[in-house]
Amino acid sequence: MSESETVNDPNPTDAGGQERPVGPGRAYEALARAQADFPQSELVRFGPERSLTLDAGVTLGPFQIAYQTYGTLNADKSNAILICHALSGDQHAANIHPVTGKPGWWETLIGPGKPIDTTRFFVISSNVLGGCLGTTGPSSINPATGAPYGLDLPVVTIRDMVRAQAMLVDHLGIDRLLAVVGGSMGGMQVLQWAVSYPERVFAAMPMAAAARHSAQNIAFHEVGRQAVMADPDWRGGRYLLEGTSPRRGLAVARMAAHITYMSDGSLHRKFGRRLQDRDGRTFSFDADFQVESYLRHQGEAFVDRFDANSYLYVTRAMDYFDLAGDYGGVLANAFKGTKTRFCLVSFTSDWLFPTSDSRAVVHALNAAGASVSFAEIESDKGHDAFLLDEPELTAITRGFLDSAARTLGVA
Amino acid sequence: MSPRDVVLHDLTMKEAARAASGKRVDLLIIADLVEPGAKVLDVGSGDGELLELLATTRGCDARGIEISRAGVNAGVARGLAVIQGDADIDLADYPDDAFDYVILSQTLQATRRPKWVLEQMLRVGRRVIVSIPNFGFWRVRLDLLLNGRMPSTENLPYSWYDTPNIHFCTIRDFVALVDEVGARIEHATALNGYGQKVRLNLPWAVWNLLGEQAVFLLSRGE
Repeated sequence: MSESETVNDPNPTDAGGQERPVGPGRAYEALARAQADFPQSELVRFGPERSLTLDAGVTLGPFQIAYQTYGTLNADKSNAILICHALSGDQHAANIHPVTGKPGWWETLIGPGKPIDTTRFFVISSNVLGGCLGTTGPSSINPATGAPYGLDLPVVTIRDMVRAQAMLVDHLGIDRLLAVVGGSMGGMQVLQWAVSYPERVFAAMPMAAAARHSAQNIAFHEVGRQAVMADPDWRGGRYLLEGTSPRRGLAVARMAAHITYMSDGSLHRKFGRRLQDRDGRTFSFDADFQVESYLRHQGEAFVDRFDANSYLYVTRAMDYFDLAGDYGGVLANAFKGTKTRFCLVSFTSDWLFPTSDSRAVVHALNAAGASVSFAEIESDKGHDAFLLDEPELTAITRGFLDSAARTLGVA
Repeated sequence: MSPRDVVLHDLTMKEAARAASGKRVDLLIIADLVEPGAKVLDVGSGDGELLELLATTRGCDARGIEISRAGVNAGVARGLAVIQGDADIDLADYPDDAFDYVILSQTLQATRRPKWVLEQMLRVGRRVIVSIPNFGFWRVRLDLLLNGRMPSTENLPYSWYDTPNIHFCTIRDFVALVDEVGARIEHATALNGYGQKVRLNLPWAVWNLLGEQAVFLLSRGE
């Protein structure tokens, strides 16, 4: 759902990996698998005549996109806002998740009367290409073989994801989006939207994002992928065919990644060196510390709802992202002549997508003469802050979207 | 150059009414110097008061740079295009002639490199508007003369050790700087201690005494 859907768990210290069994595990996992082909979402299928030409140089088709919508499209179709989700997110941004039963990952911002106001705006949220909740991804059935794609799915990029989303927006009969909004990998998609389809994006709001994935972030992703692939149950990516599941590998990948979504300060504040349900050290490798127990829980909960191969594909898409790459390395040229208005947001304690990444985009937008707002929000919650209840983020999102809506005459 | 060479205009009823509504008088004067519909960059935009004034009363495409996080966030929350940035550094990122006007209101004295900032503004904007607090104002001079302490006024309330204003100048100092960077003064207005315009056509030396603050419209010298 989110990068770490329980980071704001009101009582995280109860989340014992060893001490408390976590969910029905494989039953959840089976439920999640079913979503890959038969999602509890709106679904649009594109036949072979409408295949996608991917950056990898091959075509993908037929393929499908699973999506949710909230609110109503107005008569002149001017009130649509596209939400782009992050690495481990999905389309269930503002509804109860069909697998986990938890609230949507962005209910802090999306809903009636909220900044992304579903009584005013028509909100579209789709699962990304390569995902595992209903849009074609490695766990989807390959129509050519009748078996899950696995690693036979071509590697996809952020631009491919955006191409697919543009086809969904076409399908919904919408020419121009009032806004495209997203954080982290979602922010990458927002930037790609603004570059690929400038005339179709009135306002763009990338949060905690970057115009390219840094070497450090690629390195973390590689650790995660290697953890998945080192799990003997991964079976060279054929685990769905062989009836296994690389749960341990994916859980380790998630644990490592989860650390990068938080900050030293927030880990310290939540856990410090406190022990988990015990009075002293056990002189063993049990989860003595609350922080260990918490991470184990995060890993376990993640594998119940996320496909390991999807994790490989989606992390790869982020690694390949370099917006300036097609413009001679000059980011400003990517935005040349843009009429889109931008609002970028970063968080002080985000070391995964630090403020300097957002600032680089702002500099390029300034050089291109674009209309741009940029705010750095004080928070100790690290990268995940964009998913949490941050009053300044709420106020800024509301102000930016209100202003865009006013300009377009959206009631 | 003397103030006689530049156009002076009176405080209109409209401006007076707006001033009474609580807007900073220098901002009203600045807004009136800007042509409707212009593309404007406000350097040091604070909480966005001038940007909003320009957008609502002059229909400008108004954007801001502000160094304080609180100011930026307040501005963006008001739906204004504001970025967090430092005039001393970030003006370099803008291309030549990116704006019709670049405005610096009551901020020049707080920059580390006032001359560089002014030069950058003249490069980025076809016109530049600068308002400055005048350290040559008679009350400031009198304060220093009588008390022998660094002056602190209603407009400039800081103590010397914690003031953000590190490069104070007088009206005459600023006029000299304008000459030095090769710019031309197209318009100048001085405001007295009551926020009223100093209307008399007097030499700079007199403005320098009577003006508590001054607003200049500059263009590149040929």
